[in-house]
Amino acid sequence: MSNPVVVVGASLAGMHAARTLRLEGHDGPIVVLDGDSNRPYDRPPLSKQILSGEWDPERIVLAAANEDLGLDMRLGVRATGLSLADRIIETLASDGSTSAITFDGLVIASGAAARRLPGSDGVAGVHVVRTLDDSMALRSELEAGPARVVVIGAGFIGSEVASACRKRGLEVTLVEAMPVPLERILGVEMGAVCGRVHIENGVDLRLGTGVDHLETVTASDGSLRVVGVALTDGTTVPAEVVVIGIGVSVNTGWLDGSGLNLENGVVCDNTLLAAPGVTAAGDIARYPSERFGEMLRVEHWEHAIQGGEAAARRLLAEQRGEPGAIFDPVPWFWSDQYDRKIQLAGRPAPTDNFSVVHGSTEEFRFVTLYGRQGRLVGVLGMNRPRHVIQLRGLLETGASFDDACAKAAEL
Amino acid sequence: MRVVVDFDLCESNAVCMGIAPEIFEVRDDDFLYVLDENPSESMRAKLEESVQRCPKQAISIVED
Repeated sequence: MSNPVVVVGASLAGMHAARTLRLEGHDGPIVVLDGDSNRPYDRPPLSKQILSGEWDPERIVLAAANEDLGLDMRLGVRATGLSLADRIIETLASDGSTSAITFDGLVIASGAAARRLPGSDGVAGVHVVRTLDDSMALRSELEAGPARVVVIGAGFIGSEVASACRKRGLEVTLVEAMPVPLERILGVEMGAVCGRVHIENGVDLRLGTGVDHLETVTASDGSLRVVGVALTDGTTVPAEVVVIGIGVSVNTGWLDGSGLNLENGVVCDNTLLAAPGVTAAGDIARYPSERFGEMLRVEHWEHAIQGGEAAARRLLAEQRGEPGAIFDPVPWFWSDQYDRKIQLAGRPAPTDNFSVVHGSTEEFRFVTLYGRQGRLVGVLGMNRPRHVIQLRGLLETGASFDDACAKAAEL
Repeated sequence: MRVVVDFDLCESNAVCMGIAPEIFEVRDDDFLYVLDENPSESMRAKLEESVQRCPKQAISIVED
């Protein structure tokens, strides 16, 4: 084979795909593209240690980027188009130059982008946290000691940003449109516990209210700067800095018209194959999970590693004429807020039954199991990492809810 | 081979314990303990997986 395997996206999924391709037998060229010019980096610290100032950017370079894998890394070069029939990817570099790469295999790991509020583009003081540049820009504004930071969205990113700001001693207002934070992920009761963690840590938590508009002032050069957030409940919160954490949208724009099935992600089969010779991994991949009986698109850290590895192995299997392995891991992630570590394994829904099986929610140190139709579907822990990891195995084996509760009592 | 954990980096996500409970244990104090600093060669695959999966890149393998 003379044409390269191309990996689009040099974040966690893409780098693990490239690494696995190389270590597990692909000895031809591997091209890795990413529109981000920074060396490949790890994202979880962007809303934690980078923002709080504890770590500098060199510390979050991905280990795979320091390995001698013989990768053709093209950073600051983004994919702009794909022709499946001709097996060509079009690219655009940050210097404006374009190129076309003919490939033999493709891993799509172009991830997702932070959603912004309408009318917030180009307004000074308004931030998102998705890339290293985002995080460093926000960090430099936080270092100036703003009188108040308003965080819009009490999801995991927004919550971690609020935590990092409190760590710096800044006043924080956290605005959430839902009546309970994280309700759609953890249900009302457990979401409310997470909301109380913010209040305990001195955050002004505003629930059940959306953002009507940003209040801005115009500088002498005509540029806009945010000074407050007007909420739909009629109040206005003054703000020198606003951080938007309202989720992401997948980066599939460059795949429009390619013939791939795009539906809130790149639709794959249960082996992450999107088309012959084309796989997807990480935040952008949507695949049928037999374990959870639905199409899944998962934005978690470990899932990106697993998906990158699986997408690479799928291409290698295809090259060798072997069948692909089914990809169906148990999703798991963690979030660090203040001195609490929240971990969630599985895929609970707000309608699931649940039981606190260890510790107490009043002490913010507990384990909760979620069940659906008698089956264990989720394990939530706050400052109980051992229990979460040990109970996670029960999700893998499809344990019943009752068996899981009994097992939890033994831990 | 020897297991080395950078405890300044470790934040007790317990991922390693899920992969290799023979080597790693997070206890009720939320700290990680290395049960076997010199595991046998048969543990290499699990150990390498633990190195890759550690969210803090806090684990390394040192060859004796």
